[in-house]
Amino acid sequence: MDTRVTPAKAPEDYLLHLADNAMVLGQRNAEWCGHGPILEEDIAMANVSLDLIGQARLLYQLVAERRGHGCTEDTLAYFRDVPQFRNYTLLELPHHGPLVGYAVAERDYAVTLVRNFLISALMVEVWAGLSHAPDPELAAIAERSLKETRYHLRHSHDWLVRLGDGTDESHQRMQAALDHLWAYTQEFWTATDLEAAATQQGLDMAAIRHAWQTTVTAGLAQATLRQPADGGYVSQGKQCVHSEHLGYLLAEMQSLARAHPQGQW
Amino acid sequence: MPRIADTDFDPLIQQAWQVLETLTDPEIPVVTLRDMGIVRKVLHHDDGLEVIITPTYSGCPAMEQIEDDVRTSLAQLGGPVRVTTQLSPAWTTDWMSDAAREKLRAYGIAPPHRCASVGDNVVQFAPRAASRLTAPDRPACPQCGSLQTTEVSHFGSTACKALYKCLNCLEPFDYFKPY
Repeated sequence: MDTRVTPAKAPEDYLLHLADNAMVLGQRNAEWCGHGPILEEDIAMANVSLDLIGQARLLYQLVAERRGHGCTEDTLAYFRDVPQFRNYTLLELPHHGPLVGYAVAERDYAVTLVRNFLISALMVEVWAGLSHAPDPELAAIAERSLKETRYHLRHSHDWLVRLGDGTDESHQRMQAALDHLWAYTQEFWTATDLEAAATQQGLDMAAIRHAWQTTVTAGLAQATLRQPADGGYVSQGKQCVHSEHLGYLLAEMQSLARAHPQGQW
Repeated sequence: MPRIADTDFDPLIQQAWQVLETLTDPEIPVVTLRDMGIVRKVLHHDDGLEVIITPTYSGCPAMEQIEDDVRTSLAQLGGPVRVTTQLSPAWTTDWMSDAAREKLRAYGIAPPHRCASVGDNVVQFAPRAASRLTAPDRPACPQCGSLQTTEVSHFGSTACKALYKCLNCLEPFDYFKPY
């Protein structure tokens, strides 16, 4: 059998980047299951996570099929470690602002919503572009993911406005979440092999950045929130250099599969 | 070249459709998989039947159940059966038949608007998503038919539904989202 990678096929690392983004954010958001601030949002976040984990599965299955040699979606999700994950650092951060020393914090839904808004605004553009990718299997996954991501954007945008332009308390918390998360969005734009792969799959990263900024500017204006200045450390999660938070997230997600490595369910 | 029988005149394919006609959606037992547009095609190959299905939502937990149901029920026809999942073209609620829409309404779920009529509005911005919808775009209450309805939550009891409330009869109801 001819297993050469033809130019049309997206590189494995790029597929894993897309898959890990969906997987890690899906796992993070699923923390709200049973703990949501109100019942409707508890259900909403579980549904968003289901979509994201579903997207991750399709991408992991595609990588596994192409890689062969016993690789499965489960070995990719459960038996890789922090230095192999290619998700944006933004997506692995806990649902609260920065802490010092031994401080602990409760989850803050403002962080959840602002993050979902920032990433959905990006992924709507990415999936729309990839719907026409030369890699036909990636294009098929993008086509369906786009529909779901549009809805996630609608959900997070609605809440961004409702809480940003809400009470003094909700406004202050949304602004604090935005101030905390903003610097991590800079990672979207650093040029690496992944962006080269994206370009090869038909994405125009400059146009995507412009479209993202337009969506974000309009959303923040409606929400009466102020866009923080760029600057500070530019995270490198997509290049496998992660924050301290990813290890804990993976430990929780992977422990069952690793305790029963041959388990079938 | 492998033989693929003509769909309309192959008796085995017709039998298969008769069996498939009895399979309903695991989460909405009043509509069949065919009504929903999930079962796309039945092919008769030399080595058995192939059923093409298109999954709904990426994370829909019912999909594995659906695959299982198709395989088990067609096993009664004797030959080997394989189920192929086809992602593209992506499933859309526009594939739902009119009969299915009516059955949903009778079951208490407001059927989805045509995507063509909603278009990119799925992602359009408004502080209150529901209030922006003009009356013809708002789902009619499946209980009393009133168009005075409002969105309570973007997500309902399953990924494919949103939660609405009727302002006339005050009943809450699920709205099958255009997808």
